[in-house]
Amino acid sequence: MVDIAFGPEPGKRPDPSAPGHAVMQAIRRRRLYGGLLLVIFVAVMASGFQVAQDRNAGDFLEGLSRLDDFPREVLSEAWANRANLPRLMWEHLPSLVETINIAAVSTLFGALTAALLALFLTRGLAPFPRLIGLLRRITDALRAVPEIVIALVLIFIFGSGPIPAVIAITIHTIGVLGKLFSEVAENADLKPVDGLASVGATWGKRMWFGILPQVAPNWFSYALLRFEINVRASAILGFVGSGGIGYDLKIAMQWGAGKYDQVVAIFIILFLTIVLIDRLSDRVRRKLTHGDAQ
Amino acid sequence: MTVLALTDTAPVLSRMHRRRWMALSVPVILLGYLAYVALAFDVPGLVQKARMDNAAILVSDFWSHKVHITRDNRTGTVVSAIEGEAKGTYPAGTHPDWVSVQSDVTTIDLGGGHVVTYDPAGARYLVPGYGTIDITRDGGGVKVTAPEPLPDWINVAPNRVSVTTDHGRFAYSRSKVETFRYFAGWELFFFTLDSPFSGKSVSELAGLALWGDRVDPARANIVAMAQDFWTNKMWRHADVAWAIFETILMAVLGTFGAAVVSLPLAFMAARNTNPVGPLRFALRRVFDFVRGVDALIWTIILSRAFGPGPMTGALAMLITDVGSFGKTFSEALENIDEKQVEGIRSTGANAVQRARFGILPQVVPVLASQVLYFLESNTRGATVVGAIVGGGIGLMLTQAIQTQKDWEEVAYYMVLIVLMVMAMDSLSGWLRARLIGRG
Repeated sequence: MVDIAFGPEPGKRPDPSAPGHAVMQAIRRRRLYGGLLLVIFVAVMASGFQVAQDRNAGDFLEGLSRLDDFPREVLSEAWANRANLPRLMWEHLPSLVETINIAAVSTLFGALTAALLALFLTRGLAPFPRLIGLLRRITDALRAVPEIVIALVLIFIFGSGPIPAVIAITIHTIGVLGKLFSEVAENADLKPVDGLASVGATWGKRMWFGILPQVAPNWFSYALLRFEINVRASAILGFVGSGGIGYDLKIAMQWGAGKYDQVVAIFIILFLTIVLIDRLSDRVRRKLTHGDAQ
Repeated sequence: MTVLALTDTAPVLSRMHRRRWMALSVPVILLGYLAYVALAFDVPGLVQKARMDNAAILVSDFWSHKVHITRDNRTGTVVSAIEGEAKGTYPAGTHPDWVSVQSDVTTIDLGGGHVVTYDPAGARYLVPGYGTIDITRDGGGVKVTAPEPLPDWINVAPNRVSVTTDHGRFAYSRSKVETFRYFAGWELFFFTLDSPFSGKSVSELAGLALWGDRVDPARANIVAMAQDFWTNKMWRHADVAWAIFETILMAVLGTFGAAVVSLPLAFMAARNTNPVGPLRFALRRVFDFVRGVDALIWTIILSRAFGPGPMTGALAMLITDVGSFGKTFSEALENIDEKQVEGIRSTGANAVQRARFGILPQVVPVLASQVLYFLESNTRGATVVGAIVGGGIGLMLTQAIQTQKDWEEVAYYMVLIVLMVMAMDSLSGWLRARLIGRG
């Protein structure tokens, strides 16, 4: 075959092992670029850590040896007072419930708003297609605002409590879910919508009966994932300023030695909650998206 | 036929029945839950507690600033200061051009016919369409003479009188008398008062920069402008730029550091690359534990060991992300097409070569896309982590909020953070598109 294609003289045949061959050159160039990228990456990371290290109050290696000091101190005190732990865990349960409520309410409001917003953001579904560009920019901005910024500003107005956290997390959730929901809706089949339109259904009915049944499992799965993330966010917001378990943790930490059993009790219930919610939502989401419902 | 139909319809009907019940009960349950939460969060109490006056201050401070004209009633000295801050105080004896000082009489023109006069006997505020509010010192207190009845924008207490109009605020007490005039925009954003370029218009500045004589013989005008802007004491542009850089640095180090650490761990935790079951199980539980402990707790533990700073923040994010990456990377490894690995194996390749040429090319796009998604969300997270560990823009933001008066700086930082996150978002989207070939 090669003889037919290239003629009988051996010189014309492609020889991939020859050093000057185009394939070899391309491979070598790719290797060179890959190697260069790797070197640049390593250099950037190394110098970045160096800069971060210089700006840090403590030294990295020195800190490494002290890494377990604090956990050991906390744990040994908690171990000494281990009889208190169940009682303390029970005492902090209301704050934990508050943290979960903050996450649940903001996920609920955020997901409902995002569901409506997503329909306005999606080409082919939006009732006002001209607004799509503007609404997408607004969604980007909502997503970009860190929760802490809104929460701290709202604390100035409302005083500390769960409401600033709820509003802050809701705003961020609308931004994230709006984008994800609209990506799901973009892949929806438009035939049911056309069918409904042909019988004179209004926009609301077309969406309710044509789109919602298609996207509901994926939307629900994304909302669950957000709930999981929002529980963590709500714990962190509590630590920085609003109510919930994070605030309890901050107070106990500020007290320092003597309240470490309380710190450990809070750690334990927070850890268990996060793992539990993680597991549950993982299972439900797998059912929803893989369809093995029953 | 009929028998068959009956047995067929029964489950369908019962399912429809159940559906109808679901459709009714889900909104009812949600409403009940919301009502419970509203009670638990004390929403009615919140409405009473809300400080709407604070909200008004916040909103007006976000986009405007005020200039204080203050006279010390004991010494008689008059001082003009932007936002009443030392950094924004006019040099002694100088005032904005709408204030004139003649020996011991000060006249302040608030615009729109509103004029405030300070004199040795007291002070007067002329409000067009209402009349003159005349305040004189009267023994230990103050005496107010104004057209009766007094409107509600004049507040009279035994030792203090305050007047709030659309054109400004005026307050007289025994020790001092103050007038605030409001202006749109952020004060001294480009140059503070000690800079020769302060208060000049854009065209004047452009003229100075391009062909004007040197204001400071040692420096070219444009260099002087850049330096004065960069070292602005009120807005601290240099510090802010550094803080933004530090925040991005934390996110980049945390994300990519975690990716580098997780990759080998993921190989050890995937079923097809590691035959040792117990090791896989142990690693997976470690990933679960690291993710479950949460960024907040890692941040606290690490700040105790490493002290405050960006390194601590980067490490906290690194550890948390190792948990997430370890899980998702090992799942990606388990989902690869084994045929390619088989092909490489048939050439006699060892485990490292199989991983490099059989597995990595398949998973790199998936992993890179995940890492880049995390980069964007970590940029936002770095603001919060920075507030806890004391580094980056998060620290500056929380400090500005805690002073409860520099709201214009809070607004500035918020705008910068949003722009920063959006920039990282588009950067990671662009990189993702380049690496994977689609957006």
